[in-house]
Amino acid sequence: MDEDLDLYPDLYEDGNALAGPLDEVFAVEASTAVTRCASCGRTGRVAELRVYGRGAGLVARCAGCQEVVLRIVRTPREVWLDLRGTVSLRLPVGGPG
Amino acid sequence: MARAAVPGRLAARSAWRVANLVEVRPETPTARTLVLEVPGWPGHLAGQHVDVRLTSEDGYVAERAYSLGAPADDERVELTVQVVGDGEVSPFLGGGLSPGDPLEVRGPLGGWFVWRPEDPSPVLLVAGGAGIVPLMAMTRTRRLLGSRVPFRLVYSVRTPADVYYADELLNPQPGDAGLEVTIVYTRESPPGGPPPSRVRREDLAEHGWPPELAPLCFVCGPTGFVEAMADALVALDHDPARIRTERFGPTGGT
Repeated sequence: MDEDLDLYPDLYEDGNALAGPLDEVFAVEASTAVTRCASCGRTGRVAELRVYGRGAGLVARCAGCQEVVLRIVRTPREVWLDLRGTVSLRLPVGGPG
Repeated sequence: MARAAVPGRLAARSAWRVANLVEVRPETPTARTLVLEVPGWPGHLAGQHVDVRLTSEDGYVAERAYSLGAPADDERVELTVQVVGDGEVSPFLGGGLSPGDPLEVRGPLGGWFVWRPEDPSPVLLVAGGAGIVPLMAMTRTRRLLGSRVPFRLVYSVRTPADVYYADELLNPQPGDAGLEVTIVYTRESPPGGPPPSRVRREDLAEHGWPPELAPLCFVCGPTGFVEAMADALVALDHDPARIRTERFGPTGGT
């Protein structure tokens, strides 16, 4: 699967596109949150992750090691947020944005 | 679909609102600006986007993120969409809608790829193709507010016919002093112009800011373009933490 993705390096958007789906779940703007990748330890903004897929199922991968950092699946009644690839998620609170 | 009473910004941001298409303006042979009226629109920052949701008659739902291309005019917002063959939403938005048609939008969204007018840092905008849209919102917001923050824009397009917002970009508007625009043509130059070329590192050095001025750099475009430009800026010694990027796949939109 990773090899396939490498063949099509253009087929992703970035984590800016997660702002809407995450807004359903978080009380603060979550695309500016800082993630730490469980695989390689890289830290960065959610906005900088590489996002594959569109619509109901989204997979966000680390821009450094390409491992899955988070997944979101939206069903009509639930949002599944799989954070097993994330050591931590540091969310901005209190300030603007 | 009104949500239950969730207090504050959250409800405003994440709720789907029914918007009305009030105007369609051609930008290029393959791009249209859509003006939407969104009841209760709370305003937005330059660089933010909306998610647009379309439901077809057979119930198929398509959802896509689009950058806002201008500051809000009360409850009116603007998107520019590309008409491309293989995108599921863009042809619909680009060709199939008429003024008066409803569609659902959610936003404003995003807090990373945004320009905050109170930040006095010089700004470098680097756009590839449709990536100009959120950067245009930044130059227009700068103009609207009378900001004197120095802006430079490097805009890569294939041919002169592909320039979005051409009148506005090629003819400086009142309030645009301090905004420098460089257009780089990659396939076909206007008569008398330099030969077509990709944006090179030297172009960013010449038409951007020296890294000592610690500019804030916004790069938006197709993935490959954004990677190349961000790498070039880092090679020119720009601080990676001050390079903000927004990428989109080959199916257009932003």
